[in-house]
Amino acid sequence: MTALTDLTVAQIRDGFRKGDFSARNVAEAFNANVAAAGALNAFIVETPELALAAADQADKDRAAGTLRPLSGVPIGMKDLFCTEGVQTSAASHMLEGFKPTYESFVSRKLWNAGAGMLGKLNLDEFAMGSSNETSYFGKVVSPWRRSDGDDAPLAPGGSSGGSSAAIAARLCPAATGTDTGGSIRQPAAFTGITGIKPTYGRCSRWGIIAFASSLDQAGAMAHDVRDCAIMLENMAGFDPRDATSLEQPVPQWEAGLSSNLKGKRVGVPSDYRVDGLDADVIRVWDEGIAWLKDAGAEIVEITLPHSKYALPAYYIIAPAEASSNLARYDGVRYGLRDLPDGANLQDMYAATRAAGFGPEVKRRIIMGTYVLSAGFYDAYYTQAQKVRTLISRDFARAFEQCDVILAPTTPSATFALGENSSDPLAMYLNDVFAVPASLAGLPAMSVPGGISKDGLPLGLQIIGPAFGEQAVLNAGLAIEERAGFTARPEKWW
Amino acid sequence: MSVDLTTVKKIAGLARIAVSEAEAEAMVPELNGILQWVEQLGEVNVTGVEPMTAVIPNKLRLREDIVNDGNMRDRVLANAPQAEHGFFAVPKVIE
Repeated sequence: MTALTDLTVAQIRDGFRKGDFSARNVAEAFNANVAAAGALNAFIVETPELALAAADQADKDRAAGTLRPLSGVPIGMKDLFCTEGVQTSAASHMLEGFKPTYESFVSRKLWNAGAGMLGKLNLDEFAMGSSNETSYFGKVVSPWRRSDGDDAPLAPGGSSGGSSAAIAARLCPAATGTDTGGSIRQPAAFTGITGIKPTYGRCSRWGIIAFASSLDQAGAMAHDVRDCAIMLENMAGFDPRDATSLEQPVPQWEAGLSSNLKGKRVGVPSDYRVDGLDADVIRVWDEGIAWLKDAGAEIVEITLPHSKYALPAYYIIAPAEASSNLARYDGVRYGLRDLPDGANLQDMYAATRAAGFGPEVKRRIIMGTYVLSAGFYDAYYTQAQKVRTLISRDFARAFEQCDVILAPTTPSATFALGENSSDPLAMYLNDVFAVPASLAGLPAMSVPGGISKDGLPLGLQIIGPAFGEQAVLNAGLAIEERAGFTARPEKWW
Repeated sequence: MSVDLTTVKKIAGLARIAVSEAEAEAMVPELNGILQWVEQLGEVNVTGVEPMTAVIPNKLRLREDIVNDGNMRDRVLANAPQAEHGFFAVPKVIE
């Protein structure tokens, strides 16, 4: 029999319903894997007791015939979602020990659907990073290793690196993630798993620690497309407490899954085929095109002419919003306070923020403060927001010719921890293919496409028009069925 | 545009982040590297283009002007580094 921890969300849900195993069996199996995976550092807080409590409730509900959509399924929660009574740190020293007195909309919805929490997953500090190296609670190590015998610890991607590592290592069957500029898709691609960021506004931001509010969007990470659909259905929904929450019913994405793409058009953006693009990435992309053709889709070449400006625009807009959002950490209401002897209020703010934030967060706050400062606002921020409009228009024009867009998720496979950490710009370039969809608020997902010559996973990205999650999921499913991606990391931890 | 040491210190001050001389010096080339890179946005023709305000067209909702929460002082103060007499306490601001 397959180990319980190798099952997908759908398999756990269905097997539990049929009576193949109890929810407690499942929770205990995942708790054991979590407890034995300290070397990965995927969790900041482990909550085996919460997973067991939810499992016992699920077992009772099964006996009583009151099952819910995720009864019996334990999941991991990115430590950016406020969880009542459980430390929520955003991987920052600033919020070490912070125990929210309320629950985020998304996590509440998942618990109400019957899911249990295995723990809070590590991430880049305040979700700012692409390798999970900026966490105050230590780097997450990818369960993957290169196939050539090189044991260098690799990055699980970021910022949702705890989520990606934990799923790839079978510490949880699914997890939440958040995407501001690729933080779900890039780590999913780096670890051979699947991740979807829905249309901006599908998931309420209420209770998610803010980074850049016009970009932040929660999404799902799991082994396959079906699990992403199941998770997302139980995360999305209208919430009056988030001013940008979409007042729309949540579609039944799982029931709508179909990999028959007859009559669908798939756009391939020539602008993403940049000079010097990694040969493995090009190969997997070409295979993806062939798979979608095989599924019945027509392939059309499209252009997204402002793509090359997406990343620089992002690195103005996101730091600008971060500098405003993170102004709240002042040592007064919650989190760290550093009060040097004889300090006045202003000194306390500056000392607290110096002690509480790590270098990348400080860099972005200072960058954001600069681009918003008097005399520079129009040159930087307004210009970037105009470029954002143009990027959005590029997509709108492209979607007149196609139903979804196929592109690589990242420009390369993952890299060794420490390899890019001394050069912020080199790190930022990881998100070059992911950021445009974030700036335009579009649904986008990464599915495993193949393996690099070093034996590391590569992802394929599908981008859809606003509200087009179903088309994205269906194209993802068509790729999944044809890619036959079964590679998984060999256990060394 | 580029920043010098004085500007970095001034911006850090505006951001209320205490930086040492060495930290500020290290930030000068880092920030200039990023600024030089983002300057390529200047080459984009944005004539007649409105800056993005809402990424997904969405009408801001209004709600009834009624109190719908409150009475949670202790929960609000629960994570305060220093709470006294039902208030957030800070160092003295008036001599």
